[in-house]
Amino acid sequence: MNMNADTREHLIVIGNGMAGMRTVEELLKQEPGKYRITVFGAEPHVNYNRIMLSSVLAGDKTIDEIVINTREWYEDNGITLLSGDAVTKIDRDARTVTSASGLTLPYDRLLLATGSKPLAPPLPGLSLPGVCAFRDIADVDKMLTAARTHKRAVVIGGGLLGLEAAWGLKQRGMSVALVHLMPTLMERQLDAAAGQMLQRDLDRRGIAFFTNGQTEEIMGTERAEGVQLADGRSIPADLVVLAIGIRPNIDLAKAAGLQVSRGIVVYDDMRTSDPDIFAVGECVEHRGQVFGLVAPIWDQAKVCAAHLAGDDTAVFVSQALSTSLKITGVDVFSAGALLAADEADDEITLRDDSRGLYKKIILRDGKLVGAVLYGEVSDGQWYLQLMRDKEDVSALRERLVFGRAFAEAGSGKPAGPDFAAMADSNQICGCNGVSKGAIVGAIKEKGLCSLADVRKHTKASASCGQCTGLVEGLLAFATGVDAKTAKKTICECTEAGHDEVREAIVAQGLKTMDAVRAAFGWKKPEGCHKCRPALNYYLLCTWPGEYSDDSRSRFVNERVHANIQKDGTYSVIPRMWGGLTTPAELHAIASVAEKFNIPTVKVTGGQRIDLLGVKKDDLPAVWGDLNKAGLVSGHAYAKGLRTVKTCVGSEWCRFGTQDSTGLGVKLEKMTWGSWTPHKVKLAVSGCPRNCAEATIKDLGVVCVEAGYDIVVGGNGGIDVRVTDSLTRVATEAEVLEYAGAFMQLYREEAHYLERTAPWIARVGIDYVKQRLVEDPDGRRDLHERFLLSQTFVQDDPWAERAKGAEAHEFAPLPALEEA
Amino acid sequence: MEPHWKRFGPLDNIPVQGSRRLCVDHRLGPIAVFRMADDSVFALVDECPHKQGPLSEGIISGNTVTCPLHNWVIDLASGTAQAPDEGSTSALPVRVVDGQVYVGLPMTAEQAA
Ligand code: SRM
Ligand SMILES: Cc1cc2nc3c(=O)[nH]c(=O)nc-3n(C[C@H](O)[C@H](O)[C@H](O)COP(=O)(O)OP(=O)(O)OC[C@H]3O[C@@H](n4cnc5c(N)ncnc54)[C@H](O)[C@@H]3O)c2cc1C
Ligand code: SF4
Ligand code: FES
Repeated sequence: MNMNADTREHLIVIGNGMAGMRTVEELLKQEPGKYRITVFGAEPHVNYNRIMLSSVLAGDKTIDEIVINTREWYEDNGITLLSGDAVTKIDRDARTVTSASGLTLPYDRLLLATGSKPLAPPLPGLSLPGVCAFRDIADVDKMLTAARTHKRAVVIGGGLLGLEAAWGLKQRGMSVALVHLMPTLMERQLDAAAGQMLQRDLDRRGIAFFTNGQTEEIMGTERAEGVQLADGRSIPADLVVLAIGIRPNIDLAKAAGLQVSRGIVVYDDMRTSDPDIFAVGECVEHRGQVFGLVAPIWDQAKVCAAHLAGDDTAVFVSQALSTSLKITGVDVFSAGALLAADEADDEITLRDDSRGLYKKIILRDGKLVGAVLYGEVSDGQWYLQLMRDKEDVSALRERLVFGRAFAEAGSGKPAGPDFAAMADSNQICGCNGVSKGAIVGAIKEKGLCSLADVRKHTKASASCGQCTGLVEGLLAFATGVDAKTAKKTICECTEAGHDEVREAIVAQGLKTMDAVRAAFGWKKPEGCHKCRPALNYYLLCTWPGEYSDDSRSRFVNERVHANIQKDGTYSVIPRMWGGLTTPAELHAIASVAEKFNIPTVKVTGGQRIDLLGVKKDDLPAVWGDLNKAGLVSGHAYAKGLRTVKTCVGSEWCRFGTQDSTGLGVKLEKMTWGSWTPHKVKLAVSGCPRNCAEATIKDLGVVCVEAGYDIVVGGNGGIDVRVTDSLTRVATEAEVLEYAGAFMQLYREEAHYLERTAPWIARVGIDYVKQRLVEDPDGRRDLHERFLLSQTFVQDDPWAERAKGAEAHEFAPLPALEEA
Repeated sequence: MEPHWKRFGPLDNIPVQGSRRLCVDHRLGPIAVFRMADDSVFALVDECPHKQGPLSEGIISGNTVTCPLHNWVIDLASGTAQAPDEGSTSALPVRVVDGQVYVGLPMTAEQAA
């Protein structure tokens, strides 16, 4: 397009950061095409989520993942982006701006969004290489380079930024010390008690703290070598990160003669003292207040965009704010006042040191004015809403500190948030400014069905994560209706559901995955990672001895017969029948651990021993040594029989009614090696005291004087489900028959990845009783079929591999010669 | 720059729809080769763009591999994650000549030693 032919007013934005671009996004939403837009950005990048720099530093995100708008977005919206070119001058008389590269452009409207600058005290050594701030991509690059090439870092400043920098550098393998001027951390957001708990937790995670530390000098000649404190302490360092605070970036505005104080002064409409010039973000000062968090900045962007779009009614009101810390596993929340201001204020505190919990709320005139939470922060947003609504909470006074569920119990209100009544504009995610309406909209339009998807598409709960519970609730609320009516297909490759496919495999005698995919017209010829393991299982279960397992359709754990760990090493868990072991086995485990330098040996929750951190190439040799002592695979990796837990039972226990250990061993000998839709765990308790936790297992046996109670469909995990009672039998032989029949019914009829608990919840315990209890012939047939299929699988997979089977799985390919 | 080609033996050393890691200590990171059902071959830096999961351990279908750690799906030709996930790992040139697999490593002969 010929620029001269474009007669629209020209809006120039100075600052390609979070505030400036959010304002442009809002403007495009409200009045697309009203302006010709040019954006100057000092940084040589597109705009990105600055908040997430902490996650980039800690290695949880890449720079690519935190980009907000790509170059195509600017192009598609006709925006000229001049990145890497800072504006150096505003001439208000001529109504032009001039940039570092010498470009002078006329404007009709100007938007200042220059953010802030890191505070840099006049310290000797500040300009040495190895010293940086924590503000932009360039700083993070410097830190990551230092983390790769050097060992020791000192962070100066114990506020939000400093702590996140320290944690990130620690995650990157540096040894980290943190110097803080005040006696406690984050003193502006946390009271002393919470600050101390925070320090203790981070101290345990290996960060060294120097509180009451006044930095006097950064030492070094060629590059930073350490930090000298005023009290004589000195700390060696190869990297020094300054994070002591920020100062609004007002230089341009000041030189242009705009009214400035701490920040660029703006009115409720986000105009500066020049009505054609607006300002938003950390560079502004509104009614004496400056800003350092994105939540109020999103509100400013909305108001500013409205005025740019021609709506003169929008007004910016600063709301109560909350702070949290983005360090995994450290939960901190604070909003409003930290301490009682006078005697009229009430402070209510709850502290539980052993659980690392601290909660304090502050009440004034019956209203909540402050909250500090440590360790458990799920009620944070609720407190914040109470503060914003200025609701009278006197009636809840005694219960308020215990949190929402407790405070509202019996008050007639629903225990959770009432999503139906909630306005669409209600903000759910403060960090990213995402409203209920936006989340529900995205769920509906894009058909999202998991928390991860909602995060990806809306950014809700993607920053500090504190609103995760709310987002999950909203997801359930928004999808609840559809979930009931939608047909559950195996995966996106097909319209077919699990039951249809299972029936067709039997009825049409389909014996290969290709045949199944052809019969149902699969969209992808090779299927995907969801359907391949399911089909492989269905065929294996239907055609025992005939169908040969496809290792390429198995998740890595089942392919290599060990559990992959987060660092790519493996864990090895040998079977201990019914939880029994012997001195010889223990010797063998100890020798293997020593011989292969296995870093962790742990007793599992399944009554056996886990060797963690085994290198993949060592697996066959580890198994070989274990085999020599008679130890075989425990299938801790399998969608198959895992463990049979037992208690000591009548052999030793003064309450034991039957030989629960012995029965457990028999059950495990019968069921080991089987493949099932999901994992299967059994347990046998010797009396109703139930020390083996049989009532939350897939199949449990509780021994009683008169025999054995068989219970099924229990589950630990996230949604604990207690078993349903199946029947009571008199002999061990009957227990074994019922167990085999139950396994086979589950194997033949459940959907892949459906554990017994959801399966029984779906088909009903009455159906299971009808098949197993009321139909003895059917039960015997099932049991027979189970035993038959077991004859094909009860070979120790470790032994085969220790002898060299599938060697390609374990050793990398060597390079032969140069080409 | 022209990559530095190295030979890694016969194609049959790599299982169909499977993968092998390579014994090279490369500054890009660990490297793996992937063999498809139709015998086409790809090579990637063996680090998932999410949290460096070993892609060589994933399930392969079509021209994609699913990371074993958190199920990101990575395009084998480009190394790019499928939407909505974002990120990529480096893809390296591969060729099969006379049944032998060659991988092109972007580095000098000294580094390759
Ligand atoms: C090692 C162990 C923890 C420990 O150190 O004690 C463990 C470790 C894992 N559990 Fe577990 N669970 C272990 C006992 C349990 C128990 C306790 C028990 O079996 O009595 C439970 C609750 C009982 C239950 O299953 O209902 C348990 C409930 C889960 C769940 C939730 C299952 C559910 O249906 O809700 C998962 C997630 C899943 O399977 O999808 C899980 C998943 C996992 C995984 C496989 C996570 C993963 O995918 O990588 C962990 C593998 C670590 C590894 O590589 O070794 N683990 N896990 C225990 C191994 C027992 C064993 O000897 O084989
Ligand atoms: C590591 C880190 C973690 C954070 N975590 C959180 C958090 O968890 N929660 C939260 O609410 N907030 C957090 N913040 C604060 C949040 O990022 C800022 O409040 C927000 O980015 C401010 O937006 P802004 O547009 O005003 O400034 P910026 O995003 O800094 O944008 C200003 C831009 O203007 C450019 N600029 C400056 N002068 C010129 C010029 N003359 N010409 C052209 N361009 C110019 C700058 O280069 C910059 O790119 C964090 C900040 C950092 C650094
Ligand atoms: S509870 Fe189980 S799945 Fe969770 S971290 Fe522990 S071992 Fe892993
Ligand atoms: S590391 Fe690959 S999906 Fe997480």
